[in-house]
Amino acid sequence: MLTIKDVRKQFGSFTAVEGITLEIPKGEIFGLLGANGAGKTTTFRMILGLLTPSEGKITWNGKEISYETSDLVGYLPEERGLYPKLTVREQLIYLGQLRGMTRSEIQEQTHKWLKRFGAEEYLNKKVESLSKGNQQKIQFIAAVLHSPELLILDEPFSGLDPVNVELLKNAVHELKKDGTTIVFSSHRMEHVEELCQHLCIMHRGKSVVQGNLKDIKRSFGKKNVSVKADFDLTYLKETNGVVKHRLTADGITLQVEREEVAHDLFQAIQSKGFVRKFELEEPSLNDIFIEKVGVVHE
Amino acid sequence: MNKFFTVLMHTYRSKIRSKPFLISTLVTIALLFVVSNMGEITKMFGGDEESKIGVIDNTGNTLPALQEQLKAAGADLKAEAVDKSEKDAEKSVLNGDLDGLLILDKDASGMITGSYRAEDVTSQDLITDIEIALQQIKNKSAAESIGLNQEQLAAIYLPVSFEKQSLSDTAKSEEEAAQVYILVYFVLFFMYVSVMMYGSMIAVEVATEKSSRVMEILISSVSPVKQMFGKIFGIVLIALTQLVLFVIGGFAAVKLNENLSGSESIIQELKLNEIPTPLIVYALIFFVLGFFLYATLFAMLGSLISRVEEVNNIMTPIVFAIVAAFMIAMYGRENPESAFVAGASYFPLFTPMLMLLRVGMLSLPVWEVALGIGGLVAAIVLFAVIGARVYRGGVLMYGNAPSLKLIKQALLLSKEEKKNTTGV
Repeated sequence: MLTIKDVRKQFGSFTAVEGITLEIPKGEIFGLLGANGAGKTTTFRMILGLLTPSEGKITWNGKEISYETSDLVGYLPEERGLYPKLTVREQLIYLGQLRGMTRSEIQEQTHKWLKRFGAEEYLNKKVESLSKGNQQKIQFIAAVLHSPELLILDEPFSGLDPVNVELLKNAVHELKKDGTTIVFSSHRMEHVEELCQHLCIMHRGKSVVQGNLKDIKRSFGKKNVSVKADFDLTYLKETNGVVKHRLTADGITLQVEREEVAHDLFQAIQSKGFVRKFELEEPSLNDIFIEKVGVVHE
Repeated sequence: MNKFFTVLMHTYRSKIRSKPFLISTLVTIALLFVVSNMGEITKMFGGDEESKIGVIDNTGNTLPALQEQLKAAGADLKAEAVDKSEKDAEKSVLNGDLDGLLILDKDASGMITGSYRAEDVTSQDLITDIEIALQQIKNKSAAESIGLNQEQLAAIYLPVSFEKQSLSDTAKSEEEAAQVYILVYFVLFFMYVSVMMYGSMIAVEVATEKSSRVMEILISSVSPVKQMFGKIFGIVLIALTQLVLFVIGGFAAVKLNENLSGSESIIQELKLNEIPTPLIVYALIFFVLGFFLYATLFAMLGSLISRVEEVNNIMTPIVFAIVAAFMIAMYGRENPESAFVAGASYFPLFTPMLMLLRVGMLSLPVWEVALGIGGLVAAIVLFAVIGARVYRGGVLMYGNAPSLKLIKQALLLSKEEKKNTTGV
């Protein structure tokens, strides 16, 4: 269990993180969302013990994370970095040893992960000669090589092609199944929706929304109605209770304040002609993010 | 402690296989062999051919005396009479039959004069040989003309008997001073070169880890303090490895020369094998401590920069310090008793070089040396503590070129993190 309690971080006069409280149970995937500069990386660095909170406390299984426990923690930093001149093998041996592994353990794990990512032929290649996607895979392996209990992934999927994103997502799922607690940050709402049970949206150092994904969606209240019909639907945006609308190629998507508004909409179009589609949808995380943070992101 | 050794071994292994290390070691050892066997190598190329000069002896009787003198001096030079006109003789110089042409005359007072002509007059050895021989002949004939005999002449040129004796028991003899001179010079030079080379290696290492951003993974696995010292110790080990290789290489080179030439080696000539052990121990102590001091400084400053290109900026002030120490040491070799040198030897950045110089050249009381070493150790601890703090803060900072402001900023950042620090 990772516990973050009333944590605040001040750099001089600038407050990077303000009063974050989170509880992340063992074996969960937790998503940390936020625009650039929201305080995600600072929070991660505090969890890792690289930075000390100005106030508050962060504990892992009741103990503060320090260099004594660093063998239990895996970290994939947002700014990717490996030694460009070392081979993949040398690299992983060094980083693995620094996480307290023996050479034979490292060899075994390296083999397993490279095979899984279809990157075995890179074992003795210098990192600088690998493509960016392959470097990211190696970076990911470096973070999970020592089978950490707590895994922190800062923007793990950025810059990867869809095939590799899928590969990494599956790996993350599997690690979760094995009981790893995973905290990850992302700009991509669909990744978060897909992977996380719990999440926290940060904005300017504060937590704006946090909790269970389903609860968040439910309590958000607003829902989406998407309609397709053979006649013009633009006039629907004038209906009471419609907050936002967006025209699509052959229809319209409306955000409504509550479910009842959808009933009114349904009544209104029934007599107008043939309706191809009428669907009431849960709000997407993207809607919630935009609403809470007030900025459009990706 | 375990991870400290992981960092140490990683640094050592990756550096010892690096091209700069291999190349600089091999080139230096090759140079040692070449320099110490210079004589044999020139012989291998057939040595210097005996030069042949033509002599037009207008005095009539000087040539035999000249030939005798040259032979006695062991000069590689053959002087032969030429029965040609000056013009023709000059021609044979130009077409290479003769290396030079010497015309001997007498001046108004009956003294010998010489005029030497050659294609060019840059071959200093040859000219000096001739000039000295002529001088001898002139001296002799001048002495004869005023009626001095050989013994009287010899008495004039007999060197004065002059002895130096130090009254203090602990004072260094002249021989010892010469040994120290060489040892100190060697240590100073090696220290200078290795601090420049390995110091920048440490700074580059840190800067590379920062610029490649691997630093963030590193500091999440191992404390910056362990990391910094692991690196410093690793590189100190590299420097010592190289030193040992140089000593072995140098020794082998000198032995080889001994076998080839059969003459006394430079080691015996300078009695280097008789250097007192304490001095060698001091040299090692000062070398290692001095290296640590500078290495800590380099690591600290290296943590402040974000890119390898900026290493040069931080090198400058340290290089100034080393060059200053080197210059004072060079001055101190001639004037080891100078109060200025004594004072400067207590300044930690200068201590390794200057205190060693003074220990070697003078008979220093033990407390002075102890004070110097103590000051050096204190400075290392101080720099290490500050360095570790700056390093801690510095590795997370990316930005401008280093300045005092940056050091302050890094210290502030690490002060806030202080309570999290775990020792080495």
